[in-house]
Amino acid sequence: MTTTRRQFVLLALGALATGAEAQLAPNLAALRKAALEDAVRKVTGGAPLRAGRVKLNLPPLIENGNSVPLTVAVESPMTDTDHVRAIHVFTEKNPQPNVIAAWLGPRAGRAQLSTRARIADTGAVIAVAQMSDGSFWSDRVEVVVTLSACLEDGLI
Amino acid sequence: MTRVIVNMPATATRGEVIEIRTLAGHEMETGFRRTQTGELVPRNIITRFTCSYNGVEVFRADLHPAVAANPLLSFSTVATESGTLEFRWTGDRDFNVSHSAAITVV
Amino acid sequence: MTARLFLFLLVFSAAAGAEIPLAERRSGYEFMARETRAMQDDDATNPAALWLLDGEALWNRKAGGADKACAGCHAVEKMKGVAARFPALHAGKLVNLDQRINLCRVEQQKAPALQLEGRDLLALAAYVGRQSRGLPIEIAVTSESKPFLEAGRAAFQRRQGQLNLSCAQCHDQNWGKSLAGSAIPQAHPTGYPLYRLEWQGLGSLQRRLRNCFIGVRAEPYAYGAQEYVELELYLMWRARGMKLETPAVRP
Repeated sequence: MTTTRRQFVLLALGALATGAEAQLAPNLAALRKAALEDAVRKVTGGAPLRAGRVKLNLPPLIENGNSVPLTVAVESPMTDTDHVRAIHVFTEKNPQPNVIAAWLGPRAGRAQLSTRARIADTGAVIAVAQMSDGSFWSDRVEVVVTLSACLEDGLI
Repeated sequence: MTRVIVNMPATATRGEVIEIRTLAGHEMETGFRRTQTGELVPRNIITRFTCSYNGVEVFRADLHPAVAANPLLSFSTVATESGTLEFRWTGDRDFNVSHSAAITVV
Repeated sequence: MTARLFLFLLVFSAAAGAEIPLAERRSGYEFMARETRAMQDDDATNPAALWLLDGEALWNRKAGGADKACAGCHAVEKMKGVAARFPALHAGKLVNLDQRINLCRVEQQKAPALQLEGRDLLALAAYVGRQSRGLPIEIAVTSESKPFLEAGRAAFQRRQGQLNLSCAQCHDQNWGKSLAGSAIPQAHPTGYPLYRLEWQGLGSLQRRLRNCFIGVRAEPYAYGAQEYVELELYLMWRARGMKLETPAVRP
């Protein structure tokens, strides 16, 4: 039986679709979300994550995601008995959720960390503070990342 | 040769919380980029930064590819006593760079 | 018919010659987000500081057959104002600061020229440029340099590439407007060499020009091409009087 042109086009489209599927996971957003939740759970060990006490500062509108100034400050007296043990930063849309983890302690004096991060796409950035009493606090900022106007090759 | 810059006060009063700002020259190749021919450029990043105060670690950071190139790290520490602060950056391909700075605490 | 033709020519020539009035010129600094500006302003956290350290070391290091360092002939303070005057003529040839540094390397230090856009040359250019930070750009126009300036101006106004756009169309006529979410700056080279967030490193004006060439889908010239230096001359002249910010930060 000869293939009609219509059948051929449908077959070709079908083949193309499966090929494309193999390269781009259609549920990429869901996978990244799961990876983020995994990464946060690794830190908290399943303990409840409360919003508050943590202030994550980064520009809401990012002109270039390659180098985004980011500051995390946590309210804490930073004494031997009451201090921030660690600060963790995650992103929702990067290929990999972890950004940085900083280990502090009472000798820090102030629970504050500044760095510059790479943010791949518009989405959430999350900071988690691990306290000496075992509690976890967090802050979440939604950012918009604008693309560069001229699509130059980064390797030029 | 890797350049690092550490900005911190040379003197402080006992108990004062001082801010330390560090910059390290490093590409922080993420491992997610591809060449013109499609090959993956392998990851090459600083993975750890430590600050020791007279031999005692007072700050440590674990860095991932999402930290921008030429990483800036700003943190604080309590000026407890006079002495030396040692800063060390380690990472992929046996990267190991250190820098020392003296502090006088009055 | 002649009236319409005259009107058309009038409008066309006005549009073509519509350079930004001197008083309305703004550095790319003013188009950046507050955080990026803070990155440039703070000497301690400006990533270009790493290159400045390299530049200082290179300035003081002896090199070549003559075993001389830059510092051997020039106290670095004497470099004040130098970067603000380039590109300039040297023995009848138009050169930019990078090429001028290389001329010294080859002729005075008897050392091989540094690779264009290589880390060493960028570091030296940044270190020399830094000495002129805050000074106004001063490009002298003489009968000798005028042809080069006109060539640069013509290049700026010429449409090119698959997108068939000229520099002037974006940077003279549409600056301030949004292109793919970012503001179009006026294209004044007030801070080169600079740390571009896009590059995650320090680069020269020529690198930025190449990026724009590629952006309009034109084939870029090789580094060091005369066409770039003429365009650099025009751009610096167009920015005359504006303060140098080297080493700047740009997105």
